[in-house]
Amino acid sequence: MTLLPLNVRGAVTRRRGKILAGPIDVRLEGMGITIVIGPNGSGKTSLLRMLHGIARLSEGGIEWACPMDEARKRQAFVFQRPVVLHRSVLANVAFPLRLRGVARGVARERAMAWVRRVGLDEMADRPGTDLSGGESQKLAIARALVIEPDLVFLDEPCASLDGSAIREIEALLLEAAASGTRIVMSTHDMGQARRLADEIWFLHRGRLHESGPAANFLTDPQTPSARAFLNGDIVE
Amino acid sequence: MNDLWDGLVQAGWLVITLDPELVEITLRSLQVTLTALVIACFIAFPVAALLSVRRFRLRRLVIAVLNALMGLPPVVVGLIVYVLLSRSGPFGVLGLLFTPTAMIIAQVIIIVPLIASIAHQSLRDLWAQYHDLLISMNATQGQRIRALLWDARRALLTAALAGFGRAIGEVGAIMIVGGNIDNATRVLTTAIALETGRGDFALALGLGFVLIGLAVAVNLAIHRLGRTEVEGRW
Repeated sequence: MTLLPLNVRGAVTRRRGKILAGPIDVRLEGMGITIVIGPNGSGKTSLLRMLHGIARLSEGGIEWACPMDEARKRQAFVFQRPVVLHRSVLANVAFPLRLRGVARGVARERAMAWVRRVGLDEMADRPGTDLSGGESQKLAIARALVIEPDLVFLDEPCASLDGSAIREIEALLLEAAASGTRIVMSTHDMGQARRLADEIWFLHRGRLHESGPAANFLTDPQTPSARAFLNGDIVE
Repeated sequence: MNDLWDGLVQAGWLVITLDPELVEITLRSLQVTLTALVIACFIAFPVAALLSVRRFRLRRLVIAVLNALMGLPPVVVGLIVYVLLSRSGPFGVLGLLFTPTAMIIAQVIIIVPLIASIAHQSLRDLWAQYHDLLISMNATQGQRIRALLWDARRALLTAALAGFGRAIGEVGAIMIVGGNIDNATRVLTTAIALETGRGDFALALGLGFVLIGLAVAVNLAIHRLGRTEVEGRW
């Protein structure tokens, strides 16, 4: 049974009565990378958290193609500020496997393969908390991908990173997408959106103002707010 | 000053000659306190983790009560345990009064709130960091608690050492429930109280220095075992 398509109908997430995102109607399917863009406070983080199921769905429905608990197991989330467990780099990456009951030896082996892939092999036995910002984010991405999820949400994974760290992370994501992992990622960096996006969702004030193939959106946005955003105007 | 000096000399002499009585009460002190500590940790750590991970209605109240109980007066605990264990008390049939077991029970009651409170402080902070990630990963409650306890192990060690410190130096409760019986329930602190009462300050001080040395030695040993100062920050 597949995870996608995902059907979202009138989904709203609220906190203390205030709408953080929604109502949102959208369908997620196919392959590739969906980039969520929009100004600060437009609800990008809340939308991703709501879809992933870590923010309460106050209204509407989120329907996966498979049962909910199955769906939860097939996706991973990478936070804007990476959460590093107080254990070694290798143990961090092995952690989600251990949660799923994978035997210690097997988990360590599979984790080590990912630690190598993200280029942290020299740090494998060091405490995870010793890593720099870029390294922590690579650790978080390895930890998300090690369970071979069908879908990964990334919430501005490159915020406060620069240069080579961004390039390495983008390469990892493109590679993951090429091997069949569906990716939904928010960013406020239009350059990054251009480099990665197959599809773009434009959020503004919690609403999905525009969504569609990246090429169409980037060359010919339909809504005034999206046009203003792409022009680099300040959209509030 | 003379008394202090005599005490030091006495302490040195007791240690060097491995005075059999000193060895006996020191070992009993260690046995009672370490047993109480292990039992208390098995109770306090899961309680602290549960209080961090779970949201239930009386959570805040439980935390406030635990914090308040950190200052539980040992004499009162001793008195209550005494009443419970005495012949006419509800647990009188067990015949535990004036045994090391009674002393262990009293010490467990005294140090559980202390260990749980200190452990809860650090587990709560760690949970704030881990919360989103563990929920995202669908960790079960048991897995969350295990991850917290394992990753906070250094902080838990500190909590345990605080509990050890309170238990090893405690005299009020174990005096009441143990009775300071020679060869049976006499430990370092009760012996010190006895010798002070008798006016043998040198011996009392000697025992006191041994007690301090013991506390320092145990702390060092546990730190060495936990390699606290060597690696990492957690």
